[in-house]
Amino acid sequence: MDLLSISAVNWARAQFALTAGYHWIFVPLTIGLGLIMAIMESIYVKTGDEKWKQTTRFWQKIFGINFAIGVATGIILEFQFGTNWSNYSWFVGDIFGAPLAIEGIVAFFLEATFISVMFFGWNRVSKKAHLASTWLVFVGATLSAFWILVANAWMQYPVGMEFNPNTVRNEMVDFWAVVLSPVAYNKFLHAVFSCWAVGASFVAGVSGWYLLKKRHTEFAIQSLRIAALVGLVGFVMLAVTGDGSAYQVAQKQPMKLAAMEGLYEGKEGAGLSAFGILNPNKTAYNDEVKPYILNVEIPKLLSFLAYRDPNAFVPGVKDIIDGGYALPDGTTALSFEERKVRGEIAIQALADQMVARKDGRVDEVASHEAILKDNYAHFGYGYLETGEDLIPDIPLTYYSFHLMVMIGIFFILLFTVVLYYLYRKKMSSTRWLQYVALWSIPLSFIATQLGWIVAEVGRQPWTIQDILPVQISASAVSAGNIITTFILFALIFTGLLAAEATIMVKQIKKGPAPLSSEHQPEQ
Amino acid sequence: MITYEFLQQYWWFIMSLLGGLLVFLLFVQGGQSMLGSLSRKEDEKKLLINALGRKWEYTFTTLVTFGGAFFASFPLFYSTSFGGAYWAWMILLFCFVLQAVSYEFQSKPGNIFGPRVYRTFLFLNGVLGTFLLGVLVATFFTGSDFTVGKGNIAGLGISGAVISQWQNPLHGLESLANLRNLCLGFAVLFLARTLASLFFVNRLRHEVLENRSRKFVLYNGVPFLLFFLVFLIWTLFDVGYAVDPVTRAVSLEKMKYLHNFMDMPWIMVLFILGVVAVLYGTFKTVFSPQFKKGIWFAGAGTIVTVTMLLLITGYNNTAYYPSSTDLQSSLTLGNSSSSEFTLTAMAVVSLFVPVVIGYIIYAWSALEKKRLGMEELNTDGNAY
Repeated sequence: MDLLSISAVNWARAQFALTAGYHWIFVPLTIGLGLIMAIMESIYVKTGDEKWKQTTRFWQKIFGINFAIGVATGIILEFQFGTNWSNYSWFVGDIFGAPLAIEGIVAFFLEATFISVMFFGWNRVSKKAHLASTWLVFVGATLSAFWILVANAWMQYPVGMEFNPNTVRNEMVDFWAVVLSPVAYNKFLHAVFSCWAVGASFVAGVSGWYLLKKRHTEFAIQSLRIAALVGLVGFVMLAVTGDGSAYQVAQKQPMKLAAMEGLYEGKEGAGLSAFGILNPNKTAYNDEVKPYILNVEIPKLLSFLAYRDPNAFVPGVKDIIDGGYALPDGTTALSFEERKVRGEIAIQALADQMVARKDGRVDEVASHEAILKDNYAHFGYGYLETGEDLIPDIPLTYYSFHLMVMIGIFFILLFTVVLYYLYRKKMSSTRWLQYVALWSIPLSFIATQLGWIVAEVGRQPWTIQDILPVQISASAVSAGNIITTFILFALIFTGLLAAEATIMVKQIKKGPAPLSSEHQPEQ
Repeated sequence: MITYEFLQQYWWFIMSLLGGLLVFLLFVQGGQSMLGSLSRKEDEKKLLINALGRKWEYTFTTLVTFGGAFFASFPLFYSTSFGGAYWAWMILLFCFVLQAVSYEFQSKPGNIFGPRVYRTFLFLNGVLGTFLLGVLVATFFTGSDFTVGKGNIAGLGISGAVISQWQNPLHGLESLANLRNLCLGFAVLFLARTLASLFFVNRLRHEVLENRSRKFVLYNGVPFLLFFLVFLIWTLFDVGYAVDPVTRAVSLEKMKYLHNFMDMPWIMVLFILGVVAVLYGTFKTVFSPQFKKGIWFAGAGTIVTVTMLLLITGYNNTAYYPSSTDLQSSLTLGNSSSSEFTLTAMAVVSLFVPVVIGYIIYAWSALEKKRLGMEELNTDGNAY
């Protein structure tokens, strides 16, 4: 059958990556700053100390600038499922649409409603009502992330559904299986802690700058205290939930794990690549070229992390394509070719069922449905050509994963040191640490982007794991149309990002409003 | 007894209600479209921007929820319309992207492009956002150029694997060539401007702007009424897209939407009451200088009118998103909805809606105890 033009599909992917990538610059800062300013305001309400109010209001101003652009980039993402991925939208909309709708009803309204109380209510509602509003903004943003990540997790690990050949789509049969999927909550926790980490590193970096400039030092130390605590908790929890996420990947998306580790040949007692340089001469998964130029490996750790058994077999790219290895449940893994055949049988059975139903050959319908059901787990493989199609971009996934982990470790160390210096009251005189905090700001943003690259590039070619590949998911819109909107998005978002950055820099240079002028309008 | 058909009807009601709320909240866009004409001085403009800037998130959030709820309840519409009328939706979305940053950025130092650019963004969103939405809603009555073949994904189609295929290369922009679509587009634009004028009369503590807003109610209310009546009469007496209750075949039926009103008199009565409320709120504000509550009558009337108008596109065996290319590809509540399980689960979620409305009322009233004047821009602690 005709597949969509590869060019159109790739441009649709590029457009989604562009808009999601931009959106994820702003969202982590919104959630992270949301928590930090809610903690600051809680201290203000508890102590009545106006300095904490001043600190809260400064970060709230930064939050507002960032929130606006986060909203702007977010609306496109939701509608893009329809505009660019129309087959996907019908094929799984019965399940996927629900979390998006719940996000709007339960989370986004909460955030959007109380944000106006937070910004304009300082003199219109009571102290406690204002504090509650600030917390509700944070809760709304976090709930919003939860439902979006439930939706994303379902794409990576489709559960709680059955295929209905009469409607030609997957239908939800277990709501709680979708919401409480282990992939979903690991992903949610990992993503939310990454937001805490980004918000904390941003506040710490800006505070470092004030200390370097010897301006607003008391405000900077106050901010740094909260940021360092939130940051350390965030990064440590990132390590914990990262382990949980990687464990889920090993069970549900073994090809992604193989790409994350550059593992071509599976083995028992596999070591974890701590640092490595991939061999650019390796052009095929089954050539004899060694995958690494350099690889520093921690023995048996990959097996342990993936299966909680240091001697477990971890399949590599070649094993997953060739099949034949023992799966944890005792069965033998099928090869790509076997799965492709079964996928084609499933697709043909669907076609036969539809034709039989249309022609009124009722007695045949059930037998086609039985064949379809038996082979449905491999449905998406029927659209692929060769085993190579199963392999994501390994260098991009590998380097993204390892760089992300390194940045995470760096920040755990950084926030530990910052807390130590704060405890010893030496932070305001330790210039090297102030410099490090300042110049580390971009690193946390880079790390979260890398995390999403691992999650999304690593799961290619699937939009729905094993069920639907990207080339069958897209809309019938030509590459020319998508290129035009891609360029428009790129220009608008880049322009807005530049505006946001310069506005923020101006506000930061201006610093917090003096205590005596708190009722003055802020620009 | 909650049947699958009941759930489909329930969800069409929810979508219609969300559509009605969205059109009411477009008063924000209406206000943006007349920032230049309603204000004469910079401080007047600033007051208008701040009055609207405290409400823009409601419209935006309702639009996002409208999209999400459509995806969850009628995914075939989501895939067919968004993936087909690509350019119409994309331009609409671009307008809203530009809006989202414009309030926050327009007066901030270092915004690179200067306040005029951001205010132009607000104007674009105000004009195009309302007009295009009206045009797109009109296609629910006039039809669009698409086909749906669910077997395409299994290789049964002749033009590829995509289930929903748009047949016009303009991808939605062709709807601008239909005069009736344009009528509803202009009607929504002028309605939004009328509602904005009523909102300013109600909210602002600024005599000059209030008096000018009253005149703007008239200037925009009359063209709204004209465009709306042309659209309405044309629609009621033209053909509509009927669904055979037994065979599910779609056919053209003369005066289908008028028949829907006659067959469902409660919808017709509410529709008429809604229109009367809009007219009362509008013209009472024009002719009674002390009357400031026009926005509540016209706003409630808008919600009811639009809700009823959308209900007749889907209820009473009607194809709510008709295909003018292939009648049998038309979307009906029955062939495009989510499964019974999902509609049930989402119906439970919809019970949260009164909670949402409750805290919106709290937040709105907490912030709007006092009317907004220049003084409040200085004392509220935050200003755009």
